[in-house]
Amino acid sequence: MKKRILAVFLAVAALTCSLSACSGGATTQTTTPSDETTPSSQAPHANELTVGIAQDLDDSLDPYQMTAAGTREVMFNVFEGLVKPDADGNYVNAVASDVNISEDGTTYVFTLRDGVVFHNGKTCTTDDVLYSFETCAATTVNSAVAEALSAITATNVQGNDIAFTLSAPNSDFLSYVASVYIVPADYDQQATQPVGTGPFKFVSRSVQENIILEKHAEYYGEAAHLDKVTYKIYADGTALFTALDAGALDLVAHLTIDQVNNLTNGYQVLEGTMNLVQAMYLNNAVAPFDNELVRQAMCYAVDVDAMLAITSEGHGTKVGSSMYPAFGKYFDASLADAYPYDPDKAMELLAQAGYPDGFSFTVKVPSNYQPHVDTATVLVEQLSAVGINAEIQLVDWNTWVEDVYGNRNFQATVVGFDSSTLNASGMLARWVSDNSKNMINFNNADYDAAYAAAQNTVDDEAQTAYYKECLQILSDTAANVYLQDLADFVAVHPDLKGYEFYPLYVIDMSNLYFEQ
Amino acid sequence: MKYILKKGFTLIITLFIVSLLAFLAFQVIPGDPTTKLLGTEATEEAKAELRAELGFDQPVPVRYWNWLTDFLRGDMGESYSYHMPVREMLGEKLVITFLLTLVSFAFTILLSIPLGILAGSIRIRWLDSLITALDQVVMSIPPFFIGIVACFVFGITLRWFVPGNFISYTEDWGACLGYLILPALSIAIPRIAMTVKMLRGAIHRELEQDYVRTARSRGAGRGDVLRRHVFKNALLPVITFLAVSAAEIMTGTIIIEQVFTIPGVGQLLLASISNRDFPVVQAIVVILAAWIVLVNFAADLLYQLVDPRIRLR
Repeated sequence: MKKRILAVFLAVAALTCSLSACSGGATTQTTTPSDETTPSSQAPHANELTVGIAQDLDDSLDPYQMTAAGTREVMFNVFEGLVKPDADGNYVNAVASDVNISEDGTTYVFTLRDGVVFHNGKTCTTDDVLYSFETCAATTVNSAVAEALSAITATNVQGNDIAFTLSAPNSDFLSYVASVYIVPADYDQQATQPVGTGPFKFVSRSVQENIILEKHAEYYGEAAHLDKVTYKIYADGTALFTALDAGALDLVAHLTIDQVNNLTNGYQVLEGTMNLVQAMYLNNAVAPFDNELVRQAMCYAVDVDAMLAITSEGHGTKVGSSMYPAFGKYFDASLADAYPYDPDKAMELLAQAGYPDGFSFTVKVPSNYQPHVDTATVLVEQLSAVGINAEIQLVDWNTWVEDVYGNRNFQATVVGFDSSTLNASGMLARWVSDNSKNMINFNNADYDAAYAAAQNTVDDEAQTAYYKECLQILSDTAANVYLQDLADFVAVHPDLKGYEFYPLYVIDMSNLYFEQ
Repeated sequence: MKYILKKGFTLIITLFIVSLLAFLAFQVIPGDPTTKLLGTEATEEAKAELRAELGFDQPVPVRYWNWLTDFLRGDMGESYSYHMPVREMLGEKLVITFLLTLVSFAFTILLSIPLGILAGSIRIRWLDSLITALDQVVMSIPPFFIGIVACFVFGITLRWFVPGNFISYTEDWGACLGYLILPALSIAIPRIAMTVKMLRGAIHRELEQDYVRTARSRGAGRGDVLRRHVFKNALLPVITFLAVSAAEIMTGTIIIEQVFTIPGVGQLLLASISNRDFPVVQAIVVILAAWIVLVNFAADLLYQLVDPRIRLR
C-alpha cells in the first residue's frame, strides 16, 4: 500500500514537472502504478481497439449534419475533405493531391487524387466533389462554413482539376474546405450509414451501446494499422472509469485528474489540452456587467491559479483571452497574467463602479459538464471574498443552448468555447457586435474594426497582428473572466503506440498500433 | 366478460391520458429538439425550416392528433436524434428491460415464498422479533443503493464482473443473464422483504383462525396444519401482491439500469428526454403504462382464479 501511494505521488510529480516544462498542446507521458498483473504481461493484443466514450453518438451521422463534438471526434476517422488538418494544425492534402492558390487569394485549384475509393467501393470523381460542396453549402448546420462557401462565385472543372473562384480573398478558406467532407454523389443514407473516404469505414451503430469502425482496405494513403475500432458507450464517466480500470478498454480520453490518480491498471496516461477557452462568460449588456470596471474587478477577484490547483491539481493552461495555446501563432501567453489576483484592487474598482458593497448575480452552468460546474463552484467562493455573491444555477444542456446561448437570457455562465471551423476566426468572429452568436453582447467598435481588417487582408503577418489586437481588446475590456484551456488526460493500453494530440477535438485512430 | 370489456375500456382511456400528459409535458419544458439536432452554430432559418419539417409549426392539438393516428396504425415515428425508426430502436432494448424484469420477478417469487413461510412458522419470540426488525430495514433500502453497493463489492473489490460493462443477449445469452443477476437482485431484495412481511403476517392471522384450532383438536400436528391449510390460505393475498410487484419491478428497472449501465428502455428514456427526442419518449411512456395497466388487470384475474369466492364486476 505504501509503495502504491509513493508511486502515485511520483506519477503526479512527474506529470507536474513535465507539464511546466512544456508549452500548451504538447504531450507528456507517465505510467500509472500497476497491480501485480499488468495487461502488458499477457499475450499480444489482438489488432483491434476498444475505446470507451462517455457520451452516445446520438445525432445524425451525416457529415454536414453532425453537431455533437463527440460525434465529430469519432467520424474524423471516417470522413475527409479535399484537405485535412494534421496534428500540428496544418492543412495537408487528402482527397486532393495538390492545391494551388492564386496570388491574389481568390482562386483555389484542387487536383483530385487518383484512386480515391469510397467505403462503398465506388471511385471518387470530380462529380462527387462538386456534389459534396453543393450539398454541404445547402445543408450544413455550421453557419460559418455555409457563409464561407457562399463566397464561391464560380466553379470550373478541367480534367481532375477543380477551381473555385471566391468573391473576395479569405485566408481561412482551406480550413472551411477541410470541413466539406467528400461523400459519394446521390447517396442518401449518410444519417445512419455514413460513407466517406477516410482510413476507417463505418460498420454499425447500436444505440447507447457501441459504434464499430473497420479499416478501409482500399485507402489511398498509408493504411490504418488497426483492423477494427469499437467505441463502447457508457452512460457516465464513473461507469467508463470502472471499465477502464478493470482493463476492459484500451483507450479512454478526457479523464479527470482524480480519475488519473485513481487508475491502478498500469495504463499509460498522456496529457494534452482540450483546445477550448473556459471562462466565466459575462453578459456585457446587463447590469452590473455592462460596466467595464465591474468586469475588471471580477477578473482581479478571481485567482485562476488557485482554481486550477483545486479543480485539477494545477493542470490546465491559463489563457487570458479568447484563444487557446494550440493556435500558437495567435496565442498571447502574456494576456494570461493581465489581471493578477488582487482582491483589494477588485474592491477598489467595485467602489469606483458604484458597488462599494458588492452585488449579487446568478451564474448558469450546464449540469452535464462537471469541469465547468467544479470551476464555477470555486469561482463563487473566490468572488464572495470581495463581496460579490454569485449563485450557481444548474441547467440541462438543451435549456442552456436555448436560454443562454440562443436568447442571451443570463448574467454569467461558465462554459468552454472551441473553434468549430478549425481556424482562429472561429474563436473571434463570435464577439463581433452584430454576430448572431455573440452570446455576451460584446460591443466594441475597435474590436469590430480589427476583426474586419483581419478578414480583409491576405497578408498573413498583418492578419496575425489584427487577431492579436482583437485578443488584446478582449483582455483590456475584460469582456469575460478568462480562465483556462483544460487539461486533457488520455489513458492508453501500455502496448498501444502512436497516439497524437490534435489541436482539435478529435482522436486519429489511423496512426495507432499495438506493439507486439 | 363484461368485466374484461370494462377493463379494456379503462386501459384505452389510461393510455390516452398518459400519452396526452407526456405530450403536454414536452410543450412546457424549455428547449426544443432543433437546438440538439442542428447544434449551436446553425442559422435561425435552418432551425425554422427543421421545425416546419418536424411539424412544429402546426398547432398542438393537430400535432397530437397526427402522432396518435400514426401510433394507432403501428407507426411510432422516427427518432429525431438517431434518424432511425423508433420501433427498430426499441426492439432490443425492450427485450433487455423485459428480461431484467423477468429475472428480478423470478428472484422475488423463488426467494420470498420460502423465506416468508419460514418467518411465519418461527415460534421463538426473540428470533421472530429480530426477523421482523431486519425485514423492516431491508424493505426500506432503495434498490439503487443496493446496486451501488453491489457494484462496489462484487465489481470493484472482488472483480467478479466489470461494472459498466454489459453483453447483450444478441451476442451471448448466458453472459447477458449473468450481467442481469445483480441488478435483478437489487430490485428484488426490498420487494422480497415486503413479500416476506406480508406472508408472515398472513400466516400469523391464519393461525388464529378457528379452523386451525379445530384441526389441532382433531389431533393434527402443527406442521401438518401449516402445510395442509394455513399456507394455502395465507398465499392468497400474497399472490396479488406479487402480480402488482411485476409492474413495479418494470418501473424499478429504469433507475437500476442507470446504476449498472444496462442499455435498456430506462436509459434510452432518460437520454431521449434530455435530447427532447419526443417520438421515442412518447413510445416508451405508452409502452410502460400499457404494461402496468395490463399487469394489474392480470392480477385481478389471478385473484379471482385462486379464490372463487371473489367475483369481479
